Amino acid sequence: MVNKFSIKNLDMYYGDFQALINVNMEILDKEITALIGPSGCGKSTFLRTLNRMNDLIEGVRVEGEILLDGENIYKDIDVTKLRTRIGMVFQKPNPFPMSVYDNVAYGPRAHGIKKKAELDEIVEKSLRRAAIWDEVKDRIKKNALSLSGGQQQRICIARALAVDPEVLLMDEPTSALDPISTLKVEDLAEELKKDITIIIVTHNMQQAARISDKTAFFLNGELIEFDETDIIFSVPKDKRTEDYITGRFG
Amino acid sequence: MGKDMKLDRKNELKEKLAHYLFLFNATVAIISVAAIAFFVFYRGLQPFIPGNAEGTYSLIDFLTGLEWRPGEGKFGILYMIVGSLLATTGAIVLGVPIGILTAVFIAELAPKWIRTVIKPAVELLAGIPSVIYGLFGLGIIVPAIMQLSSQPQGQSLLAVILVLMIMILPTVITITESAIKAVPDSYREGSLGLGATKLYTVFRVVLPAAKSGILAGVVLGIGRAIGETMAVMLVAGNPIAGLPTSIFSPVRPLTTNIAMEMSYAFGLHQEMLFATGVVLFTFIIIINLILNRITRGSELK
Ligand SMILES: Nc1ncnc2c1ncn2[C@@H]1O[C@H](COP(=O)(O)OP(=O)(O)OP(=O)(O)O)[C@@H](O)[C@H]1O
Ligand SMILES: [Mg+2]
Repeated sequence: MVNKFSIKNLDMYYGDFQALINVNMEILDKEITALIGPSGCGKSTFLRTLNRMNDLIEGVRVEGEILLDGENIYKDIDVTKLRTRIGMVFQKPNPFPMSVYDNVAYGPRAHGIKKKAELDEIVEKSLRRAAIWDEVKDRIKKNALSLSGGQQQRICIARALAVDPEVLLMDEPTSALDPISTLKVEDLAEELKKDITIIIVTHNMQQAARISDKTAFFLNGELIEFDETDIIFSVPKDKRTEDYITGRFG
Repeated sequence: MGKDMKLDRKNELKEKLAHYLFLFNATVAIISVAAIAFFVFYRGLQPFIPGNAEGTYSLIDFLTGLEWRPGEGKFGILYMIVGSLLATTGAIVLGVPIGILTAVFIAELAPKWIRTVIKPAVELLAGIPSVIYGLFGLGIIVPAIMQLSSQPQGQSLLAVILVLMIMILPTVITITESAIKAVPDSYREGSLGLGATKLYTVFRVVLPAAKSGILAGVVLGIGRAIGETMAVMLVAGNPIAGLPTSIFSPVRPLTTNIAMEMSYAFGLHQEMLFATGVVLFTFIIIINLILNRITRGSELK
């Protein structure tokens, strides 16, 4: 296995407020890494640093190094290229107010693919990969906002997959979904793992335990513990990790 | 207990008073609109009713006539309707793209310091009295057009279009900007997260999502352009007859027809000016109905 991400001495500031403190982490290719920790500890911040989504916020400053396949994402890679390689799925499903087809074809079109046959193929393949093809194949021209929340979220996953990312960042992708939709997304993540690296933020301990290979526990902007998921959930080394996963925290 | 009840009753009274105060204020607006509409239509429709004391005029001749010679009893306004519509269309065609691009620039692209310069400038533009726009048009635009055109005068359809274009900018910019601001960030993040560029995001996601708001701005701009009087009167040329044949032709929009002659008109002539007002009013009502549809459509979504 190779290191997909290599994060070294990462500090991240919103203006004067330091949201991430000296984070060091090696993320392996084609694994699922779960990020856990109490609200406000910096999980989303960390995730959004990996695809430079935080660049959009005024006053954000990043120090340290984040390497993707050995390249510094803030120096060596163009930001649009980076975000093509690293897909993102958000907490609240955010399909565009357009048809299912146009949603999924959006990324490929943005990268210059115009041929209808080619787009058709990408759309179908992506919807199949996101395990939603059968549910929407008859309403592919319908507005994506008319679908259920769980379906919308899988459309968003299909939309991310359509540009063939190497990494998928998921920020609490199931927190707005019912248990059945949640299971579908979890199954999907495990299926996708064959091809891509997944980093997922979750407040659901069972979810982290079920699907992830590695788990990282954050607290107040610091990475407290990062290890095999089995170890984190059975014999954590840090007392704070143990308190958190057993629900004895704060 | 007794004190509490007293308080309750006092509050109730206050609520009721406030309620009636609001109702009264709202009524002022409604009554004004109704009164204006009634007055204009009442006076303006008289000449078309047989047996009118001041004399009658054919509605068809009025709406299709190409000459306005009150002295000879000719009251045709088709060429004015055409002038108004051409001027408005021209102003919209030129002004809307400029307005939308400016709004996009302010809302999405401009660095903060540029925004702090442009925004007050736009607000100021909105606050300039229309007669000042007219003076600007007369002093700058009209002479410039005189250089270009073969016509002896610079007052023309083109001059009207240019002045109106500037005048609708603040409306289009402000409303488009707030429509853009109302587009949820999650759409932008979704697009940027797929590796789309900022411009691609703006044109493919943000503007389409802001569509109904932008349309509302355009419709309000149309309303402003078609109803503008003072500035237009100074730069239009106001001929007494004839359809405009080129952008250098002088025109006589509906509004200026009323404003120029009302002060000395009487009898049938005066009523025909009111009739011109009826036509203008009808245009405004149509525009408002369209606007209502657009905004209602976006609320339902
Ligand atoms: N745009 C911002 N500007 C300033 N501070 C921010 C911003 N976004 C987040 N923060 C702060 O950074 C810290 C980490 O926030 P973050 O959203 O990463 O937490 P989180 O772990 O994802 O929490 P949750 O589980 O509630 O989603 C918090 O203290 C938060 O207040
Ligand atoms: Mg979060």
